[in-house]
Amino acid sequence: MPKLIVHGQIRNDDWQVVPAQATELPNGKLIVPLALWREAATRLAGRGPLGVWLQPDDDPAEIADALPSLAVVAVDFPKFADGRGYSTAALLRTRYGYQGELRAIGEVLRDQFFYLTRCGFDALQPPEGRYTDAQLEAALASLADFSEPYQGAIDRPEPVWRRHARGGLAA
Amino acid sequence: MYRYDAFDQRIVDERVAQFRDQTSRYLAGELSEDEYRPLRLQNGLYIQKQAPMLRIAVPYGLLNSRQLRRLAHIARSYDKGYGHFSTRQNLQFNWPALEDVPRILEELAEVEMHAIQTSGNCIRNFTSDPFAGVAGDERIDPRPWAEILRQWATFHPEFAYLPRKFKIAVNGAEEDRAVIQCHDIGLDLVRDAAGEVGFRVLVGGGLGRTPVIGKEIAPFVPWRDIITYCEAILRVYNRFGRRDNMYKARIKILVNALGIEAFRAQVEEEWRHSRGGPSTLTETEVARVAAHFVDPDYRTLPGDDTGYRAQLVQDKAFAAWAKRNVRAHKQPGYASVMLSLKKTGIAPGDITDTQLDLVADLADRFSFGEARATHEQNLVLADVEQSRLKELWQLLRAAGLATPNIGLLTDMICCPGGDFCNLANAKSIPVAEAIQQRFDDLDYLHDIGELEINISGCMNACGHHHVGHIGILGVDKKGEEWYQITVGGAQGNDASLGKVIGPSFARVEVPDVIERLIETYLDNRFEDERFIDTARRIGIEPFKTRVYAQREANRKVANA
Ligand code: SF4
Repeated sequence: MPKLIVHGQIRNDDWQVVPAQATELPNGKLIVPLALWREAATRLAGRGPLGVWLQPDDDPAEIADALPSLAVVAVDFPKFADGRGYSTAALLRTRYGYQGELRAIGEVLRDQFFYLTRCGFDALQPPEGRYTDAQLEAALASLADFSEPYQGAIDRPEPVWRRHARGGLAA
Repeated sequence: MYRYDAFDQRIVDERVAQFRDQTSRYLAGELSEDEYRPLRLQNGLYIQKQAPMLRIAVPYGLLNSRQLRRLAHIARSYDKGYGHFSTRQNLQFNWPALEDVPRILEELAEVEMHAIQTSGNCIRNFTSDPFAGVAGDERIDPRPWAEILRQWATFHPEFAYLPRKFKIAVNGAEEDRAVIQCHDIGLDLVRDAAGEVGFRVLVGGGLGRTPVIGKEIAPFVPWRDIITYCEAILRVYNRFGRRDNMYKARIKILVNALGIEAFRAQVEEEWRHSRGGPSTLTETEVARVAAHFVDPDYRTLPGDDTGYRAQLVQDKAFAAWAKRNVRAHKQPGYASVMLSLKKTGIAPGDITDTQLDLVADLADRFSFGEARATHEQNLVLADVEQSRLKELWQLLRAAGLATPNIGLLTDMICCPGGDFCNLANAKSIPVAEAIQQRFDDLDYLHDIGELEINISGCMNACGHHHVGHIGILGVDKKGEEWYQITVGGAQGNDASLGKVIGPSFARVEVPDVIERLIETYLDNRFEDERFIDTARRIGIEPFKTRVYAQREANRKVANA
């Protein structure tokens, strides 16, 4: 079963991510690609909890109205160096007010964990097999690479100079 | 200059720990080459021909003496005893070992320095006017704004994996000395009719393969809103900039494809949602940062120093140096001094460990402990009393830092090129040296007057060849190194891109070509007209004709 980091805890995941080209729908809890969701929204509605995943160039506005009914929204990083998903996440959390699970899928690596969580992802799903259990455990440390980031983002909307009185010299 | 508080220090310390861990995971085989590459690049670490190259951030060019000494120490202990100032006011080391880099970063963090975001597809080091705070034509000091924005951009989580690198420059003076028209975002500090401070914002400028002059996207963004406004631009770029072709991935391509009106509309739409949010700047924060940039304790002096005036009359060599390398200062009795890193025989921008130590000492003795790097790859001691200029000159001369050539032909901008850089088509340093050797007569140089020659080893244009009055670009012709020449480029308020004069040249031909161009200029100039003004008036034809006529003649002789 794939591993997932949710709010800084490792746990097993029972959702299935349906690939972009899939034609058959497997049983179980599904995270479907936007294109499939678009054409089969009604058929999917009766199946219980549902998730949708977005590609880097998908417009999150398309699912804005459906967000309250979605149990998971996932954003795919086909390559970790493709940073569009960070903006997608930020938009989902701010403009579209999404409060549910926001999951990063695809090439999700520990050296991006910090930025991903800052942009509003609360669930991180590294590729299956990429990390051993011990490595994944160690990777949790990357969530806290920086204790007081400068700028506001989704996790801490206020910049450091609003969060704290600044100017105290280094110890 | 800005001093770190506990928050700034913690961030650089945590960065060192993070990078040490990443590097050890890479060395242990846990991180692949592809996974490690962007991480090391965002720490300024390239793998080059000879060894890694480490690019250290010098935010908007400011350095204090403690930092200069530390850089000297790093050059001595981890490199071959020298460093190289780049056209982005940063300092590069060409020979560090990968394993040493975490330790080097730790040594830098101890003096409030780092290598954060000096490379990679992220927001790069901010650049600004090397005469900020001392220039007479300054409207608003750009340094506090550059610092505020530097902090905002540091580890910005949404913009760490942009389509391509992203460069921002800030200018606050009448004369643009920060080349804001050639940046992804150019910020020009201005006041509106009510006297309120804000920014005229340019977007989509840049050199490289497709040189473009930036376009105005907003005539006035109030200072409080500058962060949310920049974020709006970056978000549009991050989402819609091209990622399929790295040569078409800069923001200038997106701006050109959409047109500035449509691009502006998208940014405004984005900004409508974020404007006024928590990133809106406060007076408290601006005042906190600005307090680091108040004037040093200048002495009250009556005006121009009479002793200095007399020395200029008595000593011709001193006067020649002062004419080129000393600049007027807003404070009566003071001057700014430029230290030339363009001595013939030394690669432009290179500086040794002993010179770095000396500059630190001189900064302490003559200029309130601070120095500045310029994008022309020279250094500045910004606050020197006129009465002490001669003493300073003697010390600089002894150290090879007083070549009186600032702004002259031999003060070339030159990228590291094929001697160091993997991307190069051709070498650039030997070209610069051959030109310097050809024009080693100081009187002739002064007669030619202001002239900027910029050399890049490839299309990436690190040597800003497009905006050189004469630009030299290394090109690859069937595996051989050739050079394309442009004429008529300029930086500054009336920035323009040079025009190619014709087919490219072999390396040995380049000094001759430059000589022919200079002759054409001298034959055509009116009185004190500068090269660039003559070139603009007469166009490139006369230059072209002379250069290629001569080349034909040479060929005939060679083949006879
Ligand atoms: S212009 Fe080209 S050769 Fe020169 S430093 Fe830049 S990338 Fe390297």
